[in-house]
Amino acid sequence: MKKHSVLPGFGLTFGITLAYLSLIVLLPLSLIVLNTASMSFADFLKAIGSKQVIASYKLTFGASLLAATINGIFGFIVAWTLIRYKFPGKRIIDAIVDMPFAMPTAVSGIALTAICAKNGWVGSLLVPFGIKIAYTQLGVLVALIFIGLPFVVRTLQPTLEDLDKEVEEAAASLGATKFQTFWYVIVPSVLPALMTGFTLAFARALGEYGSVVFISGNLPMKTEITPLLIVMKLEQYDYAGATAIAMVMLIASFVLMFFINLSQWYARRFSN
Amino acid sequence: MKNISINWKDRIIPVIFIIITLLFLTLFLVLPLAAIFVEAFRKGVEGYCASFRDPYAWSSIRLTLVTAAIAVPINVVFGVVAAWCIAKFEFRGKNILITLIDLPFAVSPVIAGLIFVLAFGRQTTFGGWLIDHDIKIIFAVPGIVLATIFVTFPFVARELIPLMQEQGILEEEAAVSLGANGWDVFWKITLPNIKWGLLYGIILCNARAMGEFGAVSVVSGHIRGETNTMPLYIETLHAGYESVAAFSIATLLAALALVTLIAKTIVEWKVKRERMVDNS
Repeated sequence: MKKHSVLPGFGLTFGITLAYLSLIVLLPLSLIVLNTASMSFADFLKAIGSKQVIASYKLTFGASLLAATINGIFGFIVAWTLIRYKFPGKRIIDAIVDMPFAMPTAVSGIALTAICAKNGWVGSLLVPFGIKIAYTQLGVLVALIFIGLPFVVRTLQPTLEDLDKEVEEAAASLGATKFQTFWYVIVPSVLPALMTGFTLAFARALGEYGSVVFISGNLPMKTEITPLLIVMKLEQYDYAGATAIAMVMLIASFVLMFFINLSQWYARRFSN
Repeated sequence: MKNISINWKDRIIPVIFIIITLLFLTLFLVLPLAAIFVEAFRKGVEGYCASFRDPYAWSSIRLTLVTAAIAVPINVVFGVVAAWCIAKFEFRGKNILITLIDLPFAVSPVIAGLIFVLAFGRQTTFGGWLIDHDIKIIFAVPGIVLATIFVTFPFVARELIPLMQEQGILEEEAAVSLGANGWDVFWKITLPNIKWGLLYGIILCNARAMGEFGAVSVVSGHIRGETNTMPLYIETLHAGYESVAAFSIATLLAALALVTLIAKTIVEWKVKRERMVDNS
């Protein structure tokens, strides 16, 4: 199983890691599968297919996909700017990109709600145009863009840094236009990283709870996200219903995790 | 003439990119951050201070500190042990182990709370037995600690694994062949090499432990003065339209987030500098 090494401690550390991992993560997570398996298939379908739940899937998946796409575009611009250009305050800007990671989601949630509300800094500017953000689906999107941004930027930055400027210069000296260099030289080499960042942002958005529930207002059938429905089922002591929906979300996360690993494997192969 | 137009184009693209970057980040990151402090001081310094005369605010701060004080050390020990196992040895199934350690990041925080309700809730046989013996886990502090341990589980290991893999095992092997034992090798060689990465892992782990909302919300039961952590008490206040009080407590967590960001910048700078010293 293990190759020979003179260093001590493999058995001990491997044993502790596996035991702790099983106790804290694997065993509790397996309860979702076990509890789902004890439901009848008809009950399971009823729990995961009610009108309210379907509406929440549409909102959660739709808003997450849109947020990850917007983050893909703006995240690329931000990462490119931070790697290629010099401007005053760049270091602070670079550090602040991680803020959605560091800020507790409940704090982000009430802060986003405050600026997007009718009397907030951003919300009040949009009132004349008849656009409402807080307590609408647009609010959900705003929160998910906020939470996903660092994933795209931080995945792209190392790749952009490794990008050889000489290749671009070679392309230019061979007569390629700026657009051709961008499309045929830069895009193919950053695409795997961009896909990874996009998928990470999407996966995070699917499960996000704290930053969304404040700004969404949780209007039935309109702005309820899927994680919120799990909480609501639990509050009604509907453990089976909550578990069934959790199972659906767990499968979605695992599929995405598989894609993330696949795209990273592809990126490694590509770079070699 | 042509040359001039190329120069003009070369300059306009960076300017557009920088402007988009600044606008986008201001809108999505700087404004929310500023809003926290402006809202907290909406009724002046007096209003801000009044928020902290509330005994429930203090009990939520105490519970958050206690939770982090239990969850963080446990995960630090685990993170170092797991990183040693993964980075210093070659074995089959290593990639699967790394993926499994990352699992809590892939799972929704709400599900992280749910699994402990499924394990210890009063609707289960085991949970019923616990309640009969006066052991409360769900809607009590142990549940909050467990959920926090789950969501902060990967942070330290994740910071350390790439760092230790990059450093290799040559130094440790040399020490062992000269007769040093495992503990000496770890304390005198490995730990000094990974200290900055470890520190950053601890800071991240702590920030998440103190700020976790979704997972803790599911297992807590929101009992004021008993099972409300700071993020949960912020929700309670916000729902009760006590905006100034909610944002006042939020300023403490926002300050913690800013400290985390500053620490990250410093640690990155230190690691970069040490690498440059090593290479020269």
